[in-house]
Amino acid sequence: MDTEAIISVENLTGGYPGIILFENVSFSVYKGERFVILGGSGCGKSTLLKIMTGLVKPMAGKIRIKDGEIEAGTRASKVPLLQYTGVMFQNGALFGSMSLIENVKLPLKEHTCLDRNAMDMIALMKLKLVGLEKFADYMPDRISGGMKKRAAIARAIALDPEILFLDEPSAGLDPVTSAQIDRLVLDLSQTLDITFIVVTHELSSIHMIGQRAIMLDSAEKGIIARGAPEELKRLRENKKVFAFFNRLTDEAE
Amino acid sequence: MHGTAAIWEHAVTRIRSVKKDGVVFDMTDVHAFDSAGAALVLTLEKSIPEPGTIDFVHFDEKHEQTLNLFRKNYADPEHFLLAPEKDDIPTYTGKKTVSFFKEVFHAVAFTGELSRAVFKSILHPRLFRWRESLHVFDKAGINALFIVGLISFIVGLVMAFQAAIPMRMFGAEIYVADLIGLAMTRELGPLMTAIVLAGRSGSAFAAETGTMKINEEIDAMYTIGIDPVFFIVVPRVFAAALATPLLTVFADFIGIAGGGMVLFSMDHPVSVYTAQILNRVTGMDMIGGLIKSVVFGILIAATGCFRGLQTESGPGGVGVATTKSVVSSIVIIAVADALFSILYYILEI
Repeated sequence: MDTEAIISVENLTGGYPGIILFENVSFSVYKGERFVILGGSGCGKSTLLKIMTGLVKPMAGKIRIKDGEIEAGTRASKVPLLQYTGVMFQNGALFGSMSLIENVKLPLKEHTCLDRNAMDMIALMKLKLVGLEKFADYMPDRISGGMKKRAAIARAIALDPEILFLDEPSAGLDPVTSAQIDRLVLDLSQTLDITFIVVTHELSSIHMIGQRAIMLDSAEKGIIARGAPEELKRLRENKKVFAFFNRLTDEAE
Repeated sequence: MHGTAAIWEHAVTRIRSVKKDGVVFDMTDVHAFDSAGAALVLTLEKSIPEPGTIDFVHFDEKHEQTLNLFRKNYADPEHFLLAPEKDDIPTYTGKKTVSFFKEVFHAVAFTGELSRAVFKSILHPRLFRWRESLHVFDKAGINALFIVGLISFIVGLVMAFQAAIPMRMFGAEIYVADLIGLAMTRELGPLMTAIVLAGRSGSAFAAETGTMKINEEIDAMYTIGIDPVFFIVVPRVFAAALATPLLTVFADFIGIAGGGMVLFSMDHPVSVYTAQILNRVTGMDMIGGLIKSVVFGILIAATGCFRGLQTESGPGGVGVATTKSVVSSIVIIAVADALFSILYYILEI
């Protein structure tokens, strides 16, 4: 992990018309680290991720990725962002009318001038990296939820991004599949030096992949704890954080 | 054996009229006690006039546990289930007006985005998704042949029957052929085809696009730098613009054939019917109808996709988008048809 901040979030306020989910949120993500955004349901984790990827406009505040400021809605601001980021959505969001390999090839077709053979080769390599090379010609509706998420990771890394945003990568999966995805994240992080920003509330995933984390809370409308997951687990002073990490009910109330 | 519902009203009415200090319920004959039973007990406790109290005797231990669980989780409906706030007339009118102008703004913005994407397709035909467009053409066009043919045949048939009766009185039965030929090529062929496509294909476009929206596929496109309008809408608009005039030609012929059936049954030979139509219907009538149908096709596909992209959330949102797509398409087709009628009148087509 580098000490250079690759993402800086400054005084960010986010939500939807009439609803503020979080206010004045500030944090930095360093190059090469696996950064986890965690919190209970409805605290704004996914919204924060959508703001960071330029899909939703923040109500206030700034986000800088590398040296560029991210602003939702403007086409010009998204072009540089796309050059070094990839996003995996909660349900994979694979394009249903395309096979897995076509899904992975799509960013290559859109942003490179590679010939067809080269694109096929790269797409297959990315699929093999996530263990899906045998399913390259399958349509998304023929594969399981875990495979969809892995295929979505393959598509997200098609352009070799420096930063990968993952929204709930292991949610709704059985423990073994969930662990496979976490293992994949670790492998990609270690071999390709990708910076990961992972939104999750799965404790096992947080401990396995997280190096540093922030915890959002819907009542506080902001960050209530930050640090390494192991430190947060022992943070008895903050009842909500302690309850979250130790699966307790009374302390959270 | 009585259920809770059967005794609820009677029990609550009786307890409200209690004048004594306390009431004792004998629970000996209570064989089953669930959340409804607990709700009744809690209601009775709240309904008894002060300072009255309720006691229960011979309460089964299990039943008492059930009651305690629901007592602990009691939430007063009057406190939590607030009546929905109703807007007064000015507020309601204001909200609807703002919503209308927002809709107009979005429609104008979408038209701009679509125009830009179409222009991009013309400039870069290599980037255009020909295969997707062909697939849509097959689904929206070729697969619609039967329903378009059936509707057109029935329209031609009914129109001929309705016209033949009064025209027979003047011995002008054969002029039904003129009516059918002109009506089908200029008006009913394009219009009926468009209405069938709005219900069949426009709604499918809205549902497909809406499902993609709620499955975050549209967001995924943005994150990999793909313009959803170029990627999804343009192939559909192109396919519909191509399929609608072809279906219209088919509808014209089938409608004319439907009308012909009526005249044949009235002993008018095929050759006379055909000659009458060929004498009356000009190439300009056909072309006028086909130009309309191209525009209708574009409007149907664009409206369907626009409504799909507006989908808010969940499967319910897709249903709303689909309904809105059909309604908007039919209204837009009717308005466009009226504008064409005025234009053709001015141009003397």
